Amino acid sequence: MSKSFQPDVTVDSRGATCPGPLMDLIGKVKKLDAGTVIELKTTDSSSSHDVPEWVAKAGHETLDVVEHEDEGYWSVFIETTK
Amino acid sequence: MTERIVIVGGGTGGTVLTNRLTDELATEIEAGDVEVTLVNDTPEQTYKPAFLYVAFGKKTMHEARRPLADLVDLRHATLVVDRVTGIDTENKHLTLAKDDGGLDYDHLVLAMGANLAPDEVPGLKEGGHHFYGPNGAEKLRDALAGFTEGHIVLSVIGVPHMCPAAPVEFVLMADAWFRERGLRDQVEITYTYPIMRAHGIKSIAEWATELFEERDINLETFFNAEEVDPDAKVITTMEGTELDYDLLVAIPPHTGSDLVTDAGLGDDGWVEVDKNTLEAKNADDVYAIGDVAELPTSKAGSVAHYAAGTVADRLASRVRGLVPTETFDGKTICFIESGMDEATFVEFSYGDEPVVREPSQLLHWSKLAYNESYWLTARGLI
Repeated sequence: MSKSFQPDVTVDSRGATCPGPLMDLIGKVKKLDAGTVIELKTTDSSSSHDVPEWVAKAGHETLDVVEHEDEGYWSVFIETTK
Repeated sequence: MTERIVIVGGGTGGTVLTNRLTDELATEIEAGDVEVTLVNDTPEQTYKPAFLYVAFGKKTMHEARRPLADLVDLRHATLVVDRVTGIDTENKHLTLAKDDGGLDYDHLVLAMGANLAPDEVPGLKEGGHHFYGPNGAEKLRDALAGFTEGHIVLSVIGVPHMCPAAPVEFVLMADAWFRERGLRDQVEITYTYPIMRAHGIKSIAEWATELFEERDINLETFFNAEEVDPDAKVITTMEGTELDYDLLVAIPPHTGSDLVTDAGLGDDGWVEVDKNTLEAKNADDVYAIGDVAELPTSKAGSVAHYAAGTVADRLASRVRGLVPTETFDGKTICFIESGMDEATFVEFSYGDEPVVREPSQLLHWSKLAYNESYWLTARGLI
């Protein structure tokens, strides 16, 4: 069951198309310490799959992907590990 | 009362807009009802797509520059060569580096382009070449001319960046260029991209990936350079990869303008605009076109060109007291070189997936012909 996390940082990429949301996230991750929880908001459906793929490749952790059907966007919660 | 339109930036967007406005509003300008002012920090315009050809010794920087005074209609517009140092959207005033009085405006269009930020990646400035500026393109030309064996890595570090097709073009041109010179067997070529595929646009990524395989160009995806060691010639990525190189050609990170951030017009220096009207979201009577505008499409000259047409039309309506109805649909057109004597072509608007045409010599000649006739675009003629 999905649950929402309390993010330390929110990256609002709603309205941006691929690769905008992923690049916004990568830009933010570069500047953050390990253990930071980030919420990436995206209206781009492919980002809800592509972002967790990058997060795994980069060695961070995807905590949850929550779809906000009424508002038409996804929240991808990530925790940095390094 | 005279309506003052000020355009900041004399690149493609700024010059096309100035010329379209002075053409459309010639009667009002002659009557003293409208003034059009173009502000740029240099007296010249540089045609940036030429840099790619400079790197391969096919063009010189001399061919890539023209005086702005030759490109805009100075009978109907004023050219101010000065640097804008501050934007006050409350009082509709610009401060300038040289002129203490600054400039007041009724309508402001920002078209300052994008800036390179190689310092964001430690070691990149010392260890990497690029072809995104005149000096970089000339230095890369010299490095390529002397390169006879080893590993060339083209790494796209910053996204978004100017001319999104250029990195793909560079490796395809390098492949053909080294083949022509009988050196390809001694040169390994690798292309890296930050996301899960070879390009942001899916159809271009698929097309490029197939060509890379055919032409023995290595592809590394999910590759975000974190550090470059210029002595060891190694790139280290956020994903934990290490890649050796002999010649690194990098697309540096890009930033917008501090002026934009300081004026509250957008975070990270890109002006937040309505994607169809190009009006700033955070201030009245401010527009942005070209690379400095945060739009869900490419940072390409054609976008600046078509967006300038939309803003010219909307501004002409505004100063005449009419309701502006013209909108921008994200139209983008790109020629893409796929070797030294063949090219393809894509066109798309917001939300479209472009079709990549079969590369041909005719399209290559079309791209070269457009490069020569670009100055007619800047003059607002094509």
